Amino acid sequence: MSVNERAVLTGEHFINGDEASAEGALAAGCAFFAGYPITPATEVAERMSNRLPEIGGVYIQMEDEIASMAALLGASWGGVKAMTSTSGPGFSLMMENIGLGMMTETPCVVVNIQRAGPSTGLPTLVGQADVMQCRWGSHGDYGVIALAPGSAQEMFDLTIEAFNLSETYRQPVFIMSDEIVGHMFEKVVIPPADRIRLIPRRKPLVEPSDCIPFQADDGLVPPMACAGEGFRVHVTGLTHDEMGYPHIVHPTQERLVRRLVDKIRLNAKDIIRLESHSLEDAETVVVAYGCVARSARESVERARSKGLKVGMLRLITLWPFPTALIRKMSKTVRTFVVPEINYGQMAYEVERCAGERAQTVLVGMMGGTMHTPDIILEVIEEFSR
Amino acid sequence: MIRRMSAVEAFEPSCHLSRDTERHGVHPDDEYLKRGRIPHIWCSGCGLGVVLNAFIQALKVREIPPDKAPVVSGIGCSGRAAGYLNLDTYHTTHGRGIPFATGLALTRPDLTVTVFSGDGDLFAIGGNHLIHAARRNVDVKVICVNNFNYGMTGGQSAPTTPLESRTSTTPYGNVEYPFNLAGLAGAAGAVYVARWTTFHVRFLVDSISEALAKPGFTFIEVLAPCPTGYNRRNKLGQGLDVMKLYREKSVIQHGIPPQEAELDLQRRIVVGKFVDIDKATFRTEYENLVQRKARKS
Repeated sequence: MSVNERAVLTGEHFINGDEASAEGALAAGCAFFAGYPITPATEVAERMSNRLPEIGGVYIQMEDEIASMAALLGASWGGVKAMTSTSGPGFSLMMENIGLGMMTETPCVVVNIQRAGPSTGLPTLVGQADVMQCRWGSHGDYGVIALAPGSAQEMFDLTIEAFNLSETYRQPVFIMSDEIVGHMFEKVVIPPADRIRLIPRRKPLVEPSDCIPFQADDGLVPPMACAGEGFRVHVTGLTHDEMGYPHIVHPTQERLVRRLVDKIRLNAKDIIRLESHSLEDAETVVVAYGCVARSARESVERARSKGLKVGMLRLITLWPFPTALIRKMSKTVRTFVVPEINYGQMAYEVERCAGERAQTVLVGMMGGTMHTPDIILEVIEEFSR
Repeated sequence: MIRRMSAVEAFEPSCHLSRDTERHGVHPDDEYLKRGRIPHIWCSGCGLGVVLNAFIQALKVREIPPDKAPVVSGIGCSGRAAGYLNLDTYHTTHGRGIPFATGLALTRPDLTVTVFSGDGDLFAIGGNHLIHAARRNVDVKVICVNNFNYGMTGGQSAPTTPLESRTSTTPYGNVEYPFNLAGLAGAAGAVYVARWTTFHVRFLVDSISEALAKPGFTFIEVLAPCPTGYNRRNKLGQGLDVMKLYREKSVIQHGIPPQEAELDLQRRIVVGKFVDIDKATFRTEYENLVQRKARKS
């Protein structure tokens, strides 16, 4: 088998979500992984340490998650696709260099297999309480793309999608999974390599002497000149002008940071992915993501069989949030039910969009286990009367 | 709903291109400096310009093409060096230059990756990264400018600040023992360890050019005067006074164990090349592993 054939393990597999994410990365062309052992994300790193040497990629275990994230950025500027995986405590440590990745517009993928916090919390058990940290965790303003897989198959598919989005918008992209999806063994179908759509890194089309490396086009994303390509770009976490040079004044900050936020905000329509069930006449809508969405689906089906007008919206992208859609739905929907394994995070977003037009009901669990369909059904029934 | 009014149009494009660039190209080293980036921000009498120049001379000695010599730096006065060099340059977060460079060096073995940063950046906030990069023997060339304090923030104490000396945060004298940087790098596994001062320009150029040609993790400490920060509070005078001090107190002792290389500005400054050994790099070990794996399957 050639290196490329080894990267894409076409066929049917029985693997867990963590491993499926690693296979998705390899299928997307990831050639560098830097990480630090942490439950429940370790299986991603183990799989990568096993597989990357087979395809000529580099695996390195760093001294901590700060270093892992820094190494990812260095590798990305070396011109390769790079990924790391972690969980809450490591995600906190990564925040510093996630900010550097946002400011320097460096594509890479960060997989967070969420466990319950705060602090060490429940290392082996599920949580979904990092989703706001993912949105706001590093200091300063920037746009965020985060995907929430709900199955092992989606861990594979969405990891590929995360790489495509990171190359398109030139920034770190998050897979916000959870312990249950990460550790669940399921059938995963890996398609032939030529059936996988990959978005390559956009390079400057001008001579190095004519290149203005941080000048963006209409899509608000500049092409990327990597190390050793003759462009001799200066890359800094300081506020910089379009040449990439530090320029510590308000107008430059205004231009740069507006673009960093707007490149996601104004392209949100193209980024957002949702799955809906029975929304047509729904008066009650369950909004869920990750492992909880699987329970929620069952609850909605049972509620429908009882004749209740209930639908469901599954958030495949957590960020950017489907603000316009929820706002529109709130004109006809009476109640949004938001089950999540935290004390209300995405529920705030739903409430923000629903306003006073519809009520938002949080079904929060503090972590360690997920909602059974009964728990969600009970709330649906209470608010559908 | 928040209505976001755009204020962007009110501002002029901010590119520095309008800065004076007419004289660029007059100096023979201008090929290595970004057009329009000089003058630099460093104080008069600061040693950083000397080290930057020595690095450029070493690149010339080794005939490393500018397109193949990326420089990574952290935060601080030394961290600004990256921004002046006409190379692929990366000004990263505080202390994280080495792990960033690790990612770059491992994915691009065709490039010679240098980390140019300061003592506080590399040994306080970045200390863990430095010892682990040395242990792994990744192909990263570290140039550490040691000015005994945090210059950029106005002269606070650093892990290199000598016992009892004054900084803006040790107004009654420093109560902590300093690190011996060369000793620490050597103990952690660096294959090349040297210490020089900004007075020893020729030695420094030779040393950097040796390190650039040496596979693995190399470490060069360069003592540099900080007239605005450390000198002022410790009555060391101007940059020139410190150069005289370096001349008087320095003793060249090649090959001594770096842990024993004394550094006392008032007594004795031991400089020289302390370590120069051969050891397989991380990349070499990794490639061997890949080949073994390929043979098996």
